[in-house]
Amino acid sequence: MKADPKGVLSGVHFIDGDHAACEGALAAGCRFVAGYPITPSTEIVERFAARIPKVGGVFIQMEDELAASIAIQGGVWAGHKVMNVTSGPGLSLMMEHLGYAAMTETPCVWVDVQRGGPSTGLPTLPAQADMMQIKWGSHGDYEIIALSPNSPQECFDLMIKAFNLSEEYRCPVFLMMDEVVGHMTERVNIPPADQIEITDRKWTTKKPGEYKAYATTSEDLVPEMVKAGDGYRIHVTGLTHDERGYPAMDVPNQAKLIPRLLNKIRNNTEQLLDVRMDGCDDADVIVMSFGITSRVATAAIEAARAKGLKVGNLRLIICWPFPVKLIQQLAEKVKAFVVPELNMGQMVLEVRKAVEGKVKVISVPHPGGTVHEPETILEQIIEAAR
Amino acid sequence: MTVEDTARKGKGTVFVRMEVCKGCSYCIDFCPTHALDFSKEFNQKGYHFPELNRPEDCTGCDLCGLFCPDFAIFGARWKDLDEKRQQAASQVKL
Amino acid sequence: MSESLDLRLALAETELENPVLPYLRQDRIPHIWCPGCGIGTSVNCFCRALTDSGLDLNKVAIVSGIGCTGRTAGYLNLDSFHTTHGRAIPFATGLKLGNPELNVVVYSGDGDLFAIGGNHFFHAARRNMDILVICVNNFTYGMTGGQVAPTTPVGPTQTTMPLGNFESPFNLPFIADACGATYVSRWTVYHVRQLAKAMKEALGKKGFRFIEVMSPCPTLYSRRNRLGDGVDQVKYYKESSVIKNGADTKDIGLGFQGEIVVGKFVDRERPTWLESMNDHFSHVLGDQFTPYGVKPEGE
Ligand SMILES: Cc1ncc(C[n+]2csc(CCOP(=O)(O)OP(=O)(O)O)c2C)c(N)n1
Ligand code: SF4
Ligand code: SF4
Ligand code: SF4
Ligand SMILES: [Mg+2]
Repeated sequence: MKADPKGVLSGVHFIDGDHAACEGALAAGCRFVAGYPITPSTEIVERFAARIPKVGGVFIQMEDELAASIAIQGGVWAGHKVMNVTSGPGLSLMMEHLGYAAMTETPCVWVDVQRGGPSTGLPTLPAQADMMQIKWGSHGDYEIIALSPNSPQECFDLMIKAFNLSEEYRCPVFLMMDEVVGHMTERVNIPPADQIEITDRKWTTKKPGEYKAYATTSEDLVPEMVKAGDGYRIHVTGLTHDERGYPAMDVPNQAKLIPRLLNKIRNNTEQLLDVRMDGCDDADVIVMSFGITSRVATAAIEAARAKGLKVGNLRLIICWPFPVKLIQQLAEKVKAFVVPELNMGQMVLEVRKAVEGKVKVISVPHPGGTVHEPETILEQIIEAAR
Repeated sequence: MTVEDTARKGKGTVFVRMEVCKGCSYCIDFCPTHALDFSKEFNQKGYHFPELNRPEDCTGCDLCGLFCPDFAIFGARWKDLDEKRQQAASQVKL
Repeated sequence: MSESLDLRLALAETELENPVLPYLRQDRIPHIWCPGCGIGTSVNCFCRALTDSGLDLNKVAIVSGIGCTGRTAGYLNLDSFHTTHGRAIPFATGLKLGNPELNVVVYSGDGDLFAIGGNHFFHAARRNMDILVICVNNFTYGMTGGQVAPTTPVGPTQTTMPLGNFESPFNLPFIADACGATYVSRWTVYHVRQLAKAMKEALGKKGFRFIEVMSPCPTLYSRRNRLGDGVDQVKYYKESSVIKNGADTKDIGLGFQGEIVVGKFVDRERPTWLESMNDHFSHVLGDQFTPYGVKPEGE
C-alpha cells in the first residue's frame, strides 16, 4: 500500500529531526496524536498540532503522560495509526502503558527524544540512556522493537519504518532519538507519496462470530485485528487473556500468551536485522554504535584507519531486538569490540552477553550532556587493537 | 419453568434461573407486594433462591428483575406474555 | 389447551429469556461479584437503559479501569475495554476522538475514577469530552480488600484506616458540576427505575455526563463496619434518601450513614471538545478545513 498523499510533504526541506519525525509520522498515515509537552521532543507535537487540521485528523494535548500514552491506544482501537511522543521523565510515567500496549497487542509508535537523566537531569541536552528502560522498564516480560536514527533524514525514514513494523508485529515500536538528532537541522528529502510503502493494519477478513481477537496459528504469531464499532463486540484487557480476549488468569493461559508475545518478535530477529556495516570483514576491532554516537564514532574510526588500524564500523539501525547472532559471528573474526554510547554502559552489556567472554569488549561510556570527543573513542580503538 | 406450569392467579409472574442466584434477597426484600420467599432448598452453590409463594400478589412489575445483581430473576405481566405468545404463534407454522 | 411442540419452543425462546441476557457475554456469567454486591444491580439498570435508548449497540463502546467495578467492561456484550487503573477516561477520550461515531461509556469505581484517575476526570469534564462516566461508588477499594477511598466518609474502618477514617471525602457531583459536566445525577441501587432512566437520559445527551451510583460492598465495607449485608445497606439507602432534583451540588456531600440527596442536579448544554475544535478551525481556516468526524450531509 502507498502513502496517502494528504500527509506527505514531498520535496527537499531544511528541517530539524523533530520536524522530520513529525513529517514521517504524517507520511506513515498517523492521524491521531495525544501528547504532552516535554523538552526536547515538544517540536514534534507542536508541528503535528499545526499540520493536522489541514491534513485531517486530531491532535489533543492531554493532562499528563499517563493520559497521553493510553489515549493514543484508544485511538488505535478506533482504527487510527498513532504515535506517542516524549522524553525521559515522561517516558518514566508512561511505563505502565507500554506494558498495556504490549499485552493487548496495540500497534503504536513511541518516540523518545532522549535527554540526560536520571530525573529531570539535563532537559535540553542529549543522552542515549533510555535504551534499557524501553526494554525492561514496564513490569513483566514483553518485547518491543527500537530504531535509532542519526540524522533528520533518518528521523523521517525510520519513523515510517517504525509505523510499518508496529502494524506488522502489533507491538510498540520505539524511535529512539536524542536531543542532538532532534534539534539538528539538515537536508531532508521527502519522496512523493507513491514512492512511500505503507503497511496496512492486519485487518481480519473474518466475520463477527467467526473472529477470535487473539487467535493465532503456529506459523503466524500475530493475531488479526478489528476496531470498535464494526460489530465484533471485542473485549480487550491487560489481564492475561485467552484467544477470545477474555480474562483467563491461570497458569496454562499465561504459559501460552507470554511466550507468544515474546516469540512473535524473537523468532523474527533475523528479519528484523537492520545494521550498517563498513569494513567489518577484515577488521581487528569493530566499533558498535547507534544514533548520534555513530556520527562521532565514524570520525574516530576514520582517524584510526588513517593510523593503519583495521577498524570496522557497525551501526545499529534496529537496536531491539539486539542482533545477537551477528555479533557472535563477528566475534569469531575480531580481537575486540568498542562500544561508545551516551550512557554509562547499556548496550555494551548486550555485546558482552553475546560474545560470552570470547573477545574483549570495551565500553566507552558518557554521562550525557554532549556527544563524545572522537579522541576518546579513538584512544579505546587503539587500546583494543593492541 | 414454563408459562403453563404457573397458574394465573395474579397479574404477572416471575422466571428464576435458580442456578445463578446468590441468595442476596434483594428481590425478596424489595418486591413491592412481598410475593416472594426464599426456597427451602439450596442451589448447587449453596444459596437459597426466591420462590413465588404468593402468585396472586405478583403484578409482573419486574422490580425484582431490576434489582437482581446476578441476572437470576425477572418478572413479566401475563398481558405482555400473551402478546409475545401471539407474535410467536403467528411466526410458527402450525 | 395443548399446543404443538413448535409453538412451545418458540415460546420458550421469546418468553423465558431474561431481558438483560443479550447485553451480557453469557459465556462469562456467573460474574465474580460477591453476593449482594450492588455493581450487578447497576449493570442490570444499564442494560435496561441500553434497551430503552434505542442505540445501535455496535456503536456503543464501554471502557473500564481496574477494580471490582472495572470488571464491568468484561461482562457487557459490547466493544469493551478493560484498561489500566485510573486511565479509563483518557482511553475513552482516544476512542471517542478516534471514531466520533461511537457512543463511549466509562464504567468504573470511585477509587479508580477519583483517586488515581482524578486528574483525568477533571480535565475530561473541563474539555467537555463527549463521554458518559458512570461511577459505582461503594466508598471503598473493593478489589484490593477494603482500603480507604477518596469517597470513604469520616468514621468507618478500612484496612488502611484501622481506627476509622479521619480524611474528608469528595462530594462527586460537586466535582463534576464544578468541572463543567453537562449532566450530573446521583442515584443509589435502591432507585433502580430512576437509575435506569437517568442512564438512558444520559446516553442520549452530548458532552461530559456523570452519574454517581451509590452501591453496597457488603464484603469489605458494610459487614466490616457492622452495617449488615448488601440488603441492609440498600434499606438504608431507601430510608435515608431524599430526591432533590436541581439541588445545589455543593450541599449534597455524604456523611457516614447520613442523609442521601439523590436526583438530577445538572443538565446543561455546552459545545463538546470536538464541536469546539471543528467550529474554531472552520472559522480560522475556512475552506482549507474539513470538519473532523462529521458525516458529510446526505450520508
Ligand atoms: C497502578 C495500579 N495501582 C494499584 C492497583 C491496585 N488496585 C486495583 S483495583 C484498586 C482500587 C479499586 O477501587 P475502586 O476503583 O473503588 O473499585 P472497586 O473495586 O471498589 O469497584 C487498586 C488500588 C492497580 N491495579 N494498578
Ligand atoms: S414481578 Fe414485581 S410483584 Fe412480581 S415478584 Fe417481581 S417485584 Fe414482586
Ligand atoms: S436478587 Fe437475584 S441473586 Fe438475589 S436472591 Fe433474588 S434472584 Fe437471587
Ligand atoms: S468486594 Fe465489594 S465491591 Fe468487590 S465484588 Fe465484593 S461486594 Fe462487590
Ligand atoms: Mg470502590
